[in-house]
Amino acid sequence: MSVITIERKVLEKNDEVAAQNRALLKKFDVYTINLVSSPGSGKTSILERTLIHFGRKLKISVIEGDVQTSLDAERVGKFDVPVVQIVTNGACHLEAKLVQDAFTKLDFTQTQLLFIENVGNLVCPAAYDLGEDMKVVIVSTTEGDDKPLKYPRMFMNASVLLINKIDLLPYVNCKIDQLRKNALQINPSLEIMEMSCTTGTGVDEWCRWLESKVRGKK
Amino acid sequence: MHELSIAQDILDIVFTNVPPDDYEDVTKIKVKIGEISGVIPESLEFCFNAISAETQLSNAVLVIEKIPFILKCNSCDKTSTNEMGIRICPDCSGSDTTVISGTELEVTEVELKTHQEETA
Repeated sequence: MSVITIERKVLEKNDEVAAQNRALLKKFDVYTINLVSSPGSGKTSILERTLIHFGRKLKISVIEGDVQTSLDAERVGKFDVPVVQIVTNGACHLEAKLVQDAFTKLDFTQTQLLFIENVGNLVCPAAYDLGEDMKVVIVSTTEGDDKPLKYPRMFMNASVLLINKIDLLPYVNCKIDQLRKNALQINPSLEIMEMSCTTGTGVDEWCRWLESKVRGKK
Repeated sequence: MHELSIAQDILDIVFTNVPPDDYEDVTKIKVKIGEISGVIPESLEFCFNAISAETQLSNAVLVIEKIPFILKCNSCDKTSTNEMGIRICPDCSGSDTTVISGTELEVTEVELKTHQEETA
């Protein structure tokens, strides 16, 4: 019997491709956000709100990741922005290679801000770097305030927490102070914003923050 | 749920790093899985056995070393095995902490039966 020491990160191949993606995005000054959440938290609705807010003021492109259908790409496509749909056919997360393939269908000379809407899932996408500048995690009030404690890895890897559906707070069992506290226990440097895509509350603040990031990248 | 992709990555790493001509059989593949890596060891084992069955690694046993979540406080310097994922020091309540371990997802070692053993 002989023993071979390997010491390799299981996801090293993905990390290598993610590094290539990051270098390419940097070359073209594209600020990139990986949007992650459970299904139904409002990722696509937040994108719609963001696209309405910016109109032609900012050049935005979108990559949509879904297990099935191109319904989200159709929703986002109505706003006249370049959108590429990735259908994972059952896979629960996007990988860097899938995103790299999608890049070939986008024009980065015409993109300042790129959104990658990940597959709705709070577990698996946390482990996969896509080459983004940051992960933004969304939790809606209907999911309750304990999500950060149940899915720590995602909140640890995210830079921003968007709390969506705050218009529903009077009707659901979710204490927003507790949600903030739980999230900050997992990641003390997490930036937290509140939003309602239905009423529009918080959209201006979110978009102001986005714009400062895009302008600041160069 | 992504354990199937992880299992495939593990197989690929072994295939890439251990040339098939160098051995008769792979008997063990050792991996480190951190407590907050998001990978469920039992599920990974199940997926690994399912997809390795039809390959040259069909006799390999996946040996999983579970790595605990350990936190070091940069204020009071104490280490703790905190509640899963919480990055607040349980001793001084400081939030300036460093995760020492628990996020691992690595292939560390492969045990082989070589051709010589076969002929001996």
